[in-house]
Amino acid sequence: MSAVLKVRVWRGGPEGGAWRAYEVPRRESQTVLDVVTHIQRALDSTLAYRYACRVGMCGSCAMMVNGAPRWTCRTHVDKVARDGKLSVAPLRNLPVIRDLVADMREFFDKWARARGQFEGRRTRADDFEKVAPGSEARRRADAAIECIGCGVCYAACDVVAANPDYLGPAALNRAWTLVNDERDTSNAARLRAVAGDDASLACHTHMSCTERCPKALAPTAGIASLKRAVSRAALAGKL
Amino acid sequence: MSARTDTLLWVAQRASAVVLALCVVAHLATIIYAVQGGLTGAEILGRTRGNAAGMAFYTVFVLAVAVHAPIGLRTVLAEWFGWRGRARDFLLIAFAVLLAAMGLQAVRGVFA
Repeated sequence: MSAVLKVRVWRGGPEGGAWRAYEVPRRESQTVLDVVTHIQRALDSTLAYRYACRVGMCGSCAMMVNGAPRWTCRTHVDKVARDGKLSVAPLRNLPVIRDLVADMREFFDKWARARGQFEGRRTRADDFEKVAPGSEARRRADAAIECIGCGVCYAACDVVAANPDYLGPAALNRAWTLVNDERDTSNAARLRAVAGDDASLACHTHMSCTERCPKALAPTAGIASLKRAVSRAALAGKL
Repeated sequence: MSARTDTLLWVAQRASAVVLALCVVAHLATIIYAVQGGLTGAEILGRTRGNAAGMAFYTVFVLAVAVHAPIGLRTVLAEWFGWRGRARDFLLIAFAVLLAAMGLQAVRGVFA
């Protein structure tokens, strides 16, 4: 392990920007977020970046690291640095606010467009609705439920890059969990929202989302299941 | 285009792909088998003319192509060139009709 890490950080804003070089001391078990934090605290206090929990729960620190989207708080420099070099840039496929801070609005707006909100039939006056933990639908929802909304899949997706209107893996993954939620009452409208050329049908099954998801989810599998669900609905005249 | 139409087109493309997969394999296998030792145009026509099964097979093949290719091009035009909307879809319907007409004419020429 060399004593110094050579880091290129993308600096700029919505109008464009450029790489700036920094040298950061190497440490044991150093994460990429540690590197960015060192730059901001010790070398250049004007650097803008975003993080919160530092333990892989909140999903706010995702950035492009050596060209690939990653959650920086759980990404060790050992694993990603090449020849003692690291590049850090804002997430791909999203507008830049400043430096390493991507504008996440369209990412989360698409969750709403995919009808990612739960809509139940009971009120707070009613008893809990019971879902059998072992039911097939519950297991399918469980397999996709741990999304932290970090945007790594969205940045990894080449379909989003080709079609900025595409809902993207995270929003579709969220819709898939709700399609499997037997308490939800809006699945007919949800299937309409995730059908069509800007939604599940546009997925090319490149599987970049599945490869990059830091929570090891498989949005590609959920999207494939959505394709089957919307196809069945369309053929039954229910779309 | 509505979500329902998009979805039905998607289903049609997948279904036609299944048909094409079988047709292409049968087509290639037949060519490779038949051509061994050389074959002239007249010999081919001598075997194909009046063959009702061959005509039915290639009619299905051509129709599957006419369904499959324009729907695929529709996505290519949208994703690579950002071209969507009715003008694109009308052009692709015309392309589908052209593919079907030319293909069926060829089938008639070889098998009728």
